[in-house]
Amino acid sequence: MASSVLESAAIRQPWNDPRAEPYIRIERVTKCFGEFVAVNDVSLNIYRTELFCLLGGSGCGKTTLLRMLAGFEEPSSGKIFIDGIDMSGIPPYERPVNMMFQSYALFPHMTVEQNVGFGLKMEGKAKSEIADRVANMLKLVSMGEFSKRKPHQLSGGQRQRVALARALIKQPKLLLLDEPLGALDKKLRERTQFELVNLQEKLGVTFVVVTHDQEEAMTLASRIGVMDQGRIVQVGTPKEIYEFPISKFVAEFIGSVNLFEGRLIADEPDHVRIACPELDRPVFVAHGISSAPQAKLWVAIRPEKIQLSLKRPAGDENWTRGIVKEIAYLGDLSVFLILLDSGKTLRVTRPNMWRHDDENITWEQEVYLHWHDTSPVVVSA
Amino acid sequence: MTQHHRQAQPPQGERLSAGVQLMLRALQHLPPYRWTQARLARWGVRGRTAVVALPYLWLLLFFLIPFVIVLKISFSATQLSMPPYQPLLQWTGEKLTSLRLNINPGNYLYLWQDSLYGRAFVNSIQVAAVSTLITLLIGYPLAYAIARSSTKWRGVLMMMVILPFWTSFLLRVYAWIGILKNNGLLNNFLIWAGVIDEPVVMLQTNFAVYMGIVYSYLPFMVMPLYANLEKMDLTLLEAAKDLGCRPMRAFFNITLPLSMPGVVAGCMLVFIPAVGEFVIPSLLGPPDSLMIGKVLWTEFFNNRDWPVASAVAIALLIFLVVPIVYFQRAQARTAQAGQA
Repeated sequence: MASSVLESAAIRQPWNDPRAEPYIRIERVTKCFGEFVAVNDVSLNIYRTELFCLLGGSGCGKTTLLRMLAGFEEPSSGKIFIDGIDMSGIPPYERPVNMMFQSYALFPHMTVEQNVGFGLKMEGKAKSEIADRVANMLKLVSMGEFSKRKPHQLSGGQRQRVALARALIKQPKLLLLDEPLGALDKKLRERTQFELVNLQEKLGVTFVVVTHDQEEAMTLASRIGVMDQGRIVQVGTPKEIYEFPISKFVAEFIGSVNLFEGRLIADEPDHVRIACPELDRPVFVAHGISSAPQAKLWVAIRPEKIQLSLKRPAGDENWTRGIVKEIAYLGDLSVFLILLDSGKTLRVTRPNMWRHDDENITWEQEVYLHWHDTSPVVVSA
Repeated sequence: MTQHHRQAQPPQGERLSAGVQLMLRALQHLPPYRWTQARLARWGVRGRTAVVALPYLWLLLFFLIPFVIVLKISFSATQLSMPPYQPLLQWTGEKLTSLRLNINPGNYLYLWQDSLYGRAFVNSIQVAAVSTLITLLIGYPLAYAIARSSTKWRGVLMMMVILPFWTSFLLRVYAWIGILKNNGLLNNFLIWAGVIDEPVVMLQTNFAVYMGIVYSYLPFMVMPLYANLEKMDLTLLEAAKDLGCRPMRAFFNITLPLSMPGVVAGCMLVFIPAVGEFVIPSLLGPPDSLMIGKVLWTEFFNNRDWPVASAVAIALLIFLVVPIVYFQRAQARTAQAGQA
């Protein structure tokens, strides 16, 4: 019984299974454009049927990495293996990979049907087979009735579907998606995100998605690789990345966070205590860390993990005091900006669980902020 | 990363338009401007109408009126006088009280009956079509290479294509005589290189005419093709490659169909003037070459038969209107597709 649970966990999380063979192996890949190092010594394993997100700001090298997988760029050094085969020198038209472009890159002189069928036509498939498979694929992305239209007669969402259908028709084992939802409006994006995940599960294709939108990455991904200045700084599930960021950069890039500089004053295997000049009391963290004592550290606390109250909390750790400077009511939650005595402003969010707030915290009021000892994360600079 | 070069740089444009605005505002206070504006306003003409009217006025003055005059002459009969044709409307009778209309469709009938004009038409179209094809075969790779060269080089290369325009057209055609004649540059070079033993007659042959037309009209082919190929979205080619398309096939499946508006524009720009070309065949071609432009010249200046010359011009114009209309429809289609 216990072993079968483990087994299924291994299937859902192949990266935790030492026996799993990675589908894509990126080994110490570097890509330079002249002096500029776009991708810097990246090593990464991606497993079959994963939905892997490369997340980072503009110019972080995520698109270059994707283009190297597609074959549009060759690594300056290092190797990429797909399904165990070294991809060096293999042109894009001979790779078992398809890509959905950020601009969709639909052929403007062809109808939806011809666009979707293009890959099969290049393979030299029979006309009747192409027609059947195109019809099925268009049905899958619910674009059947638009088959005779030209791309310029379609809306952004429809074009996105056609581009997806075109990239999927050759039944690739690996689909690369460059900002797949970037051109869609917010509502459509949310709907398409879930459709994309469903489609990926249904077809069993490995997806590698590039995005700068952390929310998109969180919804889509089985794992996220956060990139910064050509390097992968952290790889993990969305939850790992959000709850246990390893660096200040990751903590700040994913969601919002309150950061305090500090230094260790007690370092035990099961807890640490950190003194932060911006907080008037030490921070107690209920888990050990792997850092040299006295080294400069940062304590990160997510806004939703800080509680506000008008009563003074018990104990002498993990709380502070401040004055409410801003309240933003967003419907589902409210955002409070609170000014501490040290001059630091904290961001606190609170779900609006009740229509009437008994405490009724208002502007310029003095409040207490406290957090659970499992909430803070200690990160490096 | 690929979008760096797309960023617009407005500051200079803003400064420029600010300067223009300042000038316009100053202009508005000048008496002639206010006077004209007041006058036009009284007639119900606003500034916008005036701006739109300007190109129409231009077309009316320099195209429609001359066209109507030529059309009128083409329907009149010749006579020995100055000008050498009968007026269409004539006052007759003893006291010039009745108006007579002299319409003479005979000129067009004559064009139809005398096989010389038909042969000249067919020959001109043949020469123009062949030269257009050669120009396209040379111009397309040229435009393609320029459009795909690095941004740094594109301007220089395009400049080199346009550079011959800085010299007079006539001078450049004369220069070809010096190149092609029996003891000219080309023959001397070929003899020196040992390719031939004695000069090959090249001047006053059809070869020289094709050479001259292709040389003179090449920029007109390269420019619209370059404009088209340069703005092509290269990710389309990447998408084609990604879907298993080899580069050569991608060219025929994607690049070529997408550049068709440029091909049509370039071919029209070469074909239409080449049909009526007069200078090149008369300077470089065989003396007996039948080109409609030469026939027109002969009728007009040698025979002083203005009505027949006008009829030739009108027939030529009507014949060329068909490709022009096709060209404009192709343009409209591209414009529509470009709205995406």
